[in-house]
Amino acid sequence: MKEVQKDRAEEWTIIHPLAVRITHWINAFAILIMVASGWRIYNAAPLFPFKIPADLTLGGWLGGALQWHFAAMWLLAINGLAYLVYGIVSGHFRRKLLPISPKAVIHDVVEALRGKLAHDDLSMYNAAQRSAYLAIIVAGIVLVFSGLAIWKPVQVQELTAILGGYEGARVVHFVAMALLVLIVLVHVFMVILVPRTFPAMFTGRAKRAS
Amino acid sequence: MKKRGMEGSLSEQSASLIGKIERRLFLKQGLSLGALVLLSGCEVTEDEGVQKILTGMSRWNDGAQSWLFSQSKLAPEYPESAITKSFPFNAFYGEDEITEVDGKSYKLELAGMIREKKSWTLPELYALPQTSQITRHICVEGWSAVGKWSGVRFGTFLERIGADTSAKYVGFKCADDYYTSIDMATALHPQTLLTFRFADQILPPKYGFPMKLRMPTKLGFKNPKHIMAMFVTNEYPGGYWEDQGYNWFSGS
Repeated sequence: MKEVQKDRAEEWTIIHPLAVRITHWINAFAILIMVASGWRIYNAAPLFPFKIPADLTLGGWLGGALQWHFAAMWLLAINGLAYLVYGIVSGHFRRKLLPISPKAVIHDVVEALRGKLAHDDLSMYNAAQRSAYLAIIVAGIVLVFSGLAIWKPVQVQELTAILGGYEGARVVHFVAMALLVLIVLVHVFMVILVPRTFPAMFTGRAKRAS
Repeated sequence: MKKRGMEGSLSEQSASLIGKIERRLFLKQGLSLGALVLLSGCEVTEDEGVQKILTGMSRWNDGAQSWLFSQSKLAPEYPESAITKSFPFNAFYGEDEITEVDGKSYKLELAGMIREKKSWTLPELYALPQTSQITRHICVEGWSAVGKWSGVRFGTFLERIGADTSAKYVGFKCADDYYTSIDMATALHPQTLLTFRFADQILPPKYGFPMKLRMPTKLGFKNPKHIMAMFVTNEYPGGYWEDQGYNWFSGS
């Protein structure tokens, strides 16, 4: 009995490919800068009747925040593009994020809220995770394009027009940010609940469930 | 082999301990990640090494925007009905400190790589061919407003004064001690106007009497008001906000 258990404990497997781990952490760093500096930029002319507490922002003043935002945007966009190309070409997305059905998502989210969603096999994403990871990819793409529409409303005016003009694109950019921040908060909360997922995002390894 | 064995026994014996350490490590790393943001944004930004990178990226962005800029891409123009009712006043000082320029004695001074450097009076400037535009003014802060400006195409004016349009920059000095500079490509853009009127009225002091360079292809702060002198040069002239860290090109 003891022998069998020992064997199982040694069954480590790579669940997160190196490319995913690298792009994940670069992305986390870029998102942190983009959100914190973006909040500072938001405060210069708030779209809604509230401001972000200055302590949560990056840049010190509007000019500093813009410098951070327009520097980190390259990191976010290039890293994001590398991740998307890898995910599509390698079949990573197809294997990990698909298939996904609304029914399964609702079921798993309800189970998760009741604290009953098992997460023994880290190599498999449940439907709640799949929907969150897909949503964050979509939010990221929307953020990059709406950001481009705000930054270059003359040079890429066709894109800006699709997003409701300059002022419309600002709203889209904000809503996508809010969605992204919400998903990240839930994501980090889940990692705290299941801490062994955290080192796996560095080493890539986890014990295979059998 | 030996290593694997050690790992196996380790994880068997002290799995709960590892769990605890992992949790602690996670908290610690999470906290330091949070600290990066919580460290008042100022401190990180003012670090010399960080500032060097950020300034370098801003120069790189100047190049990227210059490459993206198209001479033939026109900013959208709007109908009269789209004009913002009360157009915001904005400057680096308050509305009670607006500079008053005497129109009668006013003369626009020219310098640098320009053939005919004689100064221009307002009646002479008003006599140049005038055109109007209703475009969106986008502030670096994020807000925007639609206004109507009228004046002479800046390209026409540069041609009239014999400016060397192969030079890199056009710089401006203003009555309110503001100063800025633009790239020659934008100076020659068909929608770049040297304007004397706002909403069909002589430009009020609030909006930059006697003239404002209007560029719908650049952010608001790049559009100088109360222009007293301009010069053409190949040496980077900077600007009031640009010298403090705003991106120089700041194109739309």
